[in-house]
Amino acid sequence: MIDAFFASIPAMVLSAGVLVGLSGALLGSFLVLRGAAMLTDAISHAIVLGIVTVWLLTGHLSGPVQLAGAVVTGLVTVALTQAVHRTGLVRMETAIGLIFPAMFALGVLLINLNARNLHLDVDAVLLGEIAFVWIDTVQVFGQPVPVANLALAAVFLINLGFVLLFWKELKIATFDPALATALGFAPGVLFHALLALTSVTAVASFEAVGAILFIAFVITPPATAFLLTRVLSRMVLIAMAVAALSCLSGYALAVWWDVNIGAMMAVMTGVFFVGTLIAGPKDGLIAGAVRKRNEARHIDSLTLIMHLAAHEHTARAGDENTRAALTSDLGWPDARARAALRSALDGGLILRQPGAGAGQPTLHLTDAGRARARALSPTGRNAAPAK
Amino acid sequence: MGALLSSQIVQTVVLGAALLGLISGALGAFAVLRGQSLLGDAVSHAALPGIALGFLIAGGRDLGAILTGAAISGGLAALAVMAITARTRLKPDAALGVVLGVSFALGVVLLSHVQGRSGASSAGLSSFLFGQAAATLRSDLWIMGTLAAIALGIITLLWKEAKLVSFDPDYARALGLPVTRVQGMLTVMVALAIVAGLQMVGVVLMVALLIAPAAAARQWARSLAGMVILSMSFAVASGVIGALISASARGLATGPVIVLVATGIVALSMAFAPERGLIWRAIAQRARVRRLSSDRVLGTIHALARDHDNPDYPAELGMLQAEHSSATVPALTSLSARGLVREISHPPETTPHWQLTEKGRARADALNRGEATDD
Repeated sequence: MIDAFFASIPAMVLSAGVLVGLSGALLGSFLVLRGAAMLTDAISHAIVLGIVTVWLLTGHLSGPVQLAGAVVTGLVTVALTQAVHRTGLVRMETAIGLIFPAMFALGVLLINLNARNLHLDVDAVLLGEIAFVWIDTVQVFGQPVPVANLALAAVFLINLGFVLLFWKELKIATFDPALATALGFAPGVLFHALLALTSVTAVASFEAVGAILFIAFVITPPATAFLLTRVLSRMVLIAMAVAALSCLSGYALAVWWDVNIGAMMAVMTGVFFVGTLIAGPKDGLIAGAVRKRNEARHIDSLTLIMHLAAHEHTARAGDENTRAALTSDLGWPDARARAALRSALDGGLILRQPGAGAGQPTLHLTDAGRARARALSPTGRNAAPAK
Repeated sequence: MGALLSSQIVQTVVLGAALLGLISGALGAFAVLRGQSLLGDAVSHAALPGIALGFLIAGGRDLGAILTGAAISGGLAALAVMAITARTRLKPDAALGVVLGVSFALGVVLLSHVQGRSGASSAGLSSFLFGQAAATLRSDLWIMGTLAAIALGIITLLWKEAKLVSFDPDYARALGLPVTRVQGMLTVMVALAIVAGLQMVGVVLMVALLIAPAAAARQWARSLAGMVILSMSFAVASGVIGALISASARGLATGPVIVLVATGIVALSMAFAPERGLIWRAIAQRARVRRLSSDRVLGTIHALARDHDNPDYPAELGMLQAEHSSATVPALTSLSARGLVREISHPPETTPHWQLTEKGRARADALNRGEATDD
């Protein structure tokens, strides 16, 4: 059973993707909430320079040295960005956009210059090759386990441990840094630890999904979850679920269409995001449009009862308080008048009575409708406060 | 250098880099001023799916089709970022990250599809990741020239609107300008700049050519026109110098070298720009500290004179040093150079003494009234 799992290429490819997704979602949730999502972009690009530098210094392209190097690279990137920002000469996002392209460009040049010795293709750094993670394995308890998966699993456990251990501190530091400082939690240290872990995760992931696709895994599932809930614990869990589902469905589609697997997984995170953006139950565009329409109808129904109240008990009530008058007097199109009527009828604010003889039905306020109209009218507000 | 410049390829690359600089410098200035520095990053990564689609539709590596595709997908990405920011609670940086990551992934999916279909012939597509300046053709220059003309033409035509919308959108709205449309246009034009740089610098690094020259120009310029012109000059200089450096050495890709040159220009600007630059500020700060310490010494001599009811009271150096320690001598040197104090001897004592001049008294009185100005 275990043999079969580790020997199965699809299982290894999938688990690599899922581990990247889960790690990214865990850290990304806090980064998205703090408004630091684009620091992920900076770190994941700058990490290329880190990888080459560590290779130049130690000759290792992966393993613990690279992971340690990633911590340094990530923190150096953030420190440089903050230093440039602190001069007060440029905005934060300009500082980000100045530092990481320079580091990335330097990294690319170093790769170019050492192309003969360095078995690192720039394309591979950017895009990764998740389909080949199974090639490079080590023996763990007698099982050949892919190195990339092992590193990703370790990094995931570290991330999970960090988030669980510092849950309360992270929560306060994310939503109220001032309170966190007052309580002695050192939100700055926590934030930098978060960014250091992001760097480590980026290096562990780059073989599988590459530096740039990694950004999609870190930011998109948390952004999707953010649209669905306002509770932090739910957000993190939903983000992880979205990431895992994206990897599963992305893998299946990539195999079916014969396209890049890691990229397809990342595209699926986008599909979930767009789906949520459009059809999300609370904040989705459809829900928003429906809410807006209902509000408009509600306001129309109030206009309607004000109209009825104005003409009630007047000689022209028989003409004015009819549906036809809504079209002719208020200038409402037929559909709008019908919707307002239905809304007022459903709300128990008005009644419809058959007109005298061949006349059209007349509209009458119920007691509730009359009270409502009185409460709304500027002169009646003091006399009869709204119930 | 002469041999370098006479090479056809180098000429083409340098010209192309210069044209690219004109576009990215001008549009980058607006992007940076409007706080949209990183939008360029999202837009440039989002050009990738357009490149792949352009390739698929044209059935080959046709630059016109590829750039059109890139402009469309980049423009759509810019609008998507605007829409997500406006319609959801997500912060702008999350919107940028989502659009950047997902559209780049879509581009990679499409590229892998293209490569799976047509094999080696499409290998050139990945050159758009980092640009391949040497592959620039004479005919490509016409495309870039046209893009430059369009970008500069639109900016010139809409100069006043763009200026107002960039600095004070609320006021512009109150004046009845179509603010959202102008903003949308400036945003979409970032895609134009990105597209111009795809061949030369590539999607990954193009953002630097948008931001760096503008950020550098911001340090020197005092007006929008000055900033745009400087930004264009810096961008052209980065492009030309970068292209020449990369042509003169083997294995130096053009895009990264151009980016590093541009970054160097920013670093120099942030250090040396008058009034804003770090070195300028450090010098000004030192001058302020000096002025303050000499004013304090002046105040002490003045106070001693007042306490002794003698306007010409000779203050002994050691007494001043007791109060102002090592700052005393430099302060006295500077004060006497400005003609505010004079050194006198006060026999039988042998140590130097200092006395206020007429001018020094006037300044000390003004300081006490809080009216002193930097003379």
